[in-house]
Amino acid sequence: MFDYDVKYLKFKTYLNTYCPHCNKSFNVKHKEHDHLLYHGIYQGQKLDLKLSPYLDVFENDSSIEVPKGEVLSDLICPSCQNSLLDPDIKCAECGSPVAKITLSAYAKLLPFYVCLKHGCEWHGLSKADERNIKLKIPRQDMPEQDQKLRVHNFLEVPYGLTTELTQLEAGRCLQCTMPKCVNGCPVNVDIPAFIKCIRADDYDGAAKKIKERNILPAVCGRVCPQEEQCEAHCVLGIKDRPVAIGNLERFVADWAMKMDTIKAPIIKHRMNKKVAVVGSGPGGITVAGDLLQLGYAVTVYEALHEPGGVLVYGIPEFRLPKSIVSFEIDYLRKLGAKIELNTVIGTALTVDDLLKEYDAVYLGVGAGLPKFMGIEGENLCNIFSANEYLTRINLMKAYRFPEYDTPKPEGNKVVVLGGGNVAMDSARNALRCGAGEVTIVYRRSRKELPAREEEVRHAMEEGINFKLLTNPIAFVGNDINWVRGMECIRMELGDPDASGRRLPIPIEGSEFCMETDLVIVAIGTGPNPLIFNSTPNLARNRWGYIEVNPETMETSIPNVYAGGDIVTGSATVISAMGAGRVAANAIHKKLSGE
Amino acid sequence: MYEILRKEEMARGSIIRLDIHSPLIASKAKAGQFVIIRVNEQGERIPLTIADCDAYSGVITIMFQIVGKTTALLRNYKAGDYIKDVVGPLGKPVEMEKIGTVIVVGGGTGIAILHHVTKAVKQAGNSIIGILGARSKEYIIMEEEMAELCDEMVITTDDGSYGTQGFVTTALEKYLQERPDIALVYAIGPIVMMKNVCKLTKKYRVETKVSLNPIMIDGTGMCGGCRVSIDGKTKFCCIDGPDFDGHSVDFDELEKRNNMYLKKEKDALLFSIRQ
Repeated sequence: MFDYDVKYLKFKTYLNTYCPHCNKSFNVKHKEHDHLLYHGIYQGQKLDLKLSPYLDVFENDSSIEVPKGEVLSDLICPSCQNSLLDPDIKCAECGSPVAKITLSAYAKLLPFYVCLKHGCEWHGLSKADERNIKLKIPRQDMPEQDQKLRVHNFLEVPYGLTTELTQLEAGRCLQCTMPKCVNGCPVNVDIPAFIKCIRADDYDGAAKKIKERNILPAVCGRVCPQEEQCEAHCVLGIKDRPVAIGNLERFVADWAMKMDTIKAPIIKHRMNKKVAVVGSGPGGITVAGDLLQLGYAVTVYEALHEPGGVLVYGIPEFRLPKSIVSFEIDYLRKLGAKIELNTVIGTALTVDDLLKEYDAVYLGVGAGLPKFMGIEGENLCNIFSANEYLTRINLMKAYRFPEYDTPKPEGNKVVVLGGGNVAMDSARNALRCGAGEVTIVYRRSRKELPAREEEVRHAMEEGINFKLLTNPIAFVGNDINWVRGMECIRMELGDPDASGRRLPIPIEGSEFCMETDLVIVAIGTGPNPLIFNSTPNLARNRWGYIEVNPETMETSIPNVYAGGDIVTGSATVISAMGAGRVAANAIHKKLSGE
Repeated sequence: MYEILRKEEMARGSIIRLDIHSPLIASKAKAGQFVIIRVNEQGERIPLTIADCDAYSGVITIMFQIVGKTTALLRNYKAGDYIKDVVGPLGKPVEMEKIGTVIVVGGGTGIAILHHVTKAVKQAGNSIIGILGARSKEYIIMEEEMAELCDEMVITTDDGSYGTQGFVTTALEKYLQERPDIALVYAIGPIVMMKNVCKLTKKYRVETKVSLNPIMIDGTGMCGGCRVSIDGKTKFCCIDGPDFDGHSVDFDELEKRNNMYLKKEKDALLFSIRQ
């Protein structure tokens, strides 16, 4: 996975700096850097990446080498041979000479100082200057797999930030004294603190800082809708784009995974109490992780043959590599969790059975009952729920059929119904499975698409068609009952409904037909009845989900807690984790008698 | 990992019976429920109805016909080998009260499941008429076990090599004509057989139950691959079934949906042979 060579991560390399005299670009790199990071090998592929619009591949690839441990007396521009030394300034910290260069094409006019002994930046700059420079640094985008190539493989699309980009991006954070981003995070990760660690090159410290609050950083860095959470609150976002908190989190988590620095803590204090967690999705993992660290004995029950819930069956490999999920599950096992696979709570064991054996039960079973449109022809062959389609491809690895036994659904003209992340995932999966044309059909407009911004952008880049303001009304099959077409009607937006989104209204007489041979229905999920059938005294709310006390997540049955999609309906990974955190605290409070 | 304790080949090796050690499932399973198995890491998940279970020894019995790659693979497994995953019990169990005389109709491998259901029917205190059908003599399985449970039993074979020649429906029609006291017909077997049985019982207005076997992945209501049309409404076989009122089932749709991967299954088999 992360086989780029991290040996170099400790040193600083200044990429694409500019000479203030001749404006030619060059790099200042440490002598031991024999190649630059992004020319390396990543995921088994040789890379020569375009970094970002601002850090373009430079025309003049000349370098200044800084010998290790030595203090240079001067820094000479390789193009114009002028000295870059600024005689008026000395490093504020060590008194060494300081070279004046400019940082990147964007901030060309801004002086930037490099201490010739340490190679450290900001030395000799006042706080106000530092802030000014920070505000001039553009947001750094993650390098991504080529649009044309990536639709033919299941490798992850963004490569993650490089060390240099991470440093630049982390440098943008203003370190607010009253950080708003922390409140935007459902599990309240101390964002400024971990970014500060990054700036100090202390990636290990940063990773530990995140892990304090978030047990799944590598997952959340990839799948959280940051633009609605932490990044939505970033003050930089008012005038510019916010700090890429998610991308930084991802970098730190990947670094820690690669270096294997996160060790499961030894739990000294044992509580002598047992807790059962039903469902090994993100919520269940959080509850289990929190309670294990508090000294409880935790058993996690999972119905499928692999732990991880939606992280393994739902989210595709190219968005969240399964090796990351299994790494996080391993961490949970190291904390002492017992994971019982292939055990369906509701049939094999009931909640009452669990209550006899455990002091508390947490239900994090998700909302895994796919919704269908309820229109004519929906049971034709090759019409799938997104759950089935994604489970086949992700969990059962059908994309590697016939090496894996589960057949892969195939179609040339694929239609995906819905506009959420699951719809984007299904559409992009279909493209990677060899579909000629993939169309997302959504009844509202572009603005209302509930998917993460990045997913919509990726889907559009990959050439997926969007048929917005369109709703299907019937499916048409051929003589052997395979879907061949779909009748649709155009919609227009009316007044906002209860959810605040504008209600789509069909336009009379605008019916039309679409050709298709594979349909994926991704219009959401409902509560699975299994747990309710076996636990009739579990109170449900008016949407059919479990009724809980929002402060403790306790259900109508004492000592039975619930959270995540089975309480709120389909939501995000991080909101399930937030609910898990609340429940874990409440369980601890109740069981410890505090 | 679940250990195979016993293996038996029947009907010229086309039907296989496996006893699998799985104490939790064995202690909870009831007639009519099924398990989902995955043979190995590369395997697919397939549903198989539980043909018998013994809570005391922790053993469940499954019987299946060799049709696709997984079942072909299982043919090479022997006692002492392990199956990677077994999940269950899934689906709703058979709910049976004392209602009088019940005709149980089984075809081919369906007889194995029918046997488990018949036990439940018998336990409820009903008198039972059994009709078993198969292609020829060799394919009639569990004859003795069924004879023990049934008050009357008829065997039909397509070629007349055993019992009476003809289909189960011929024998069933005779009973329906002669015995107006039949309260229920339970039919388990190939889709065509269940379809024809239901057509017949509808004519005689006798309540009929069938056990369906659509394609499934998880078996817990998550994928919706097993959806069947019951009275025009979509139901999930894994959580609403597998038993349904036979007169409401859209068998044609089920048959076509079950044939969805015929070509793929052949590809998978060919792939494993070439390796």
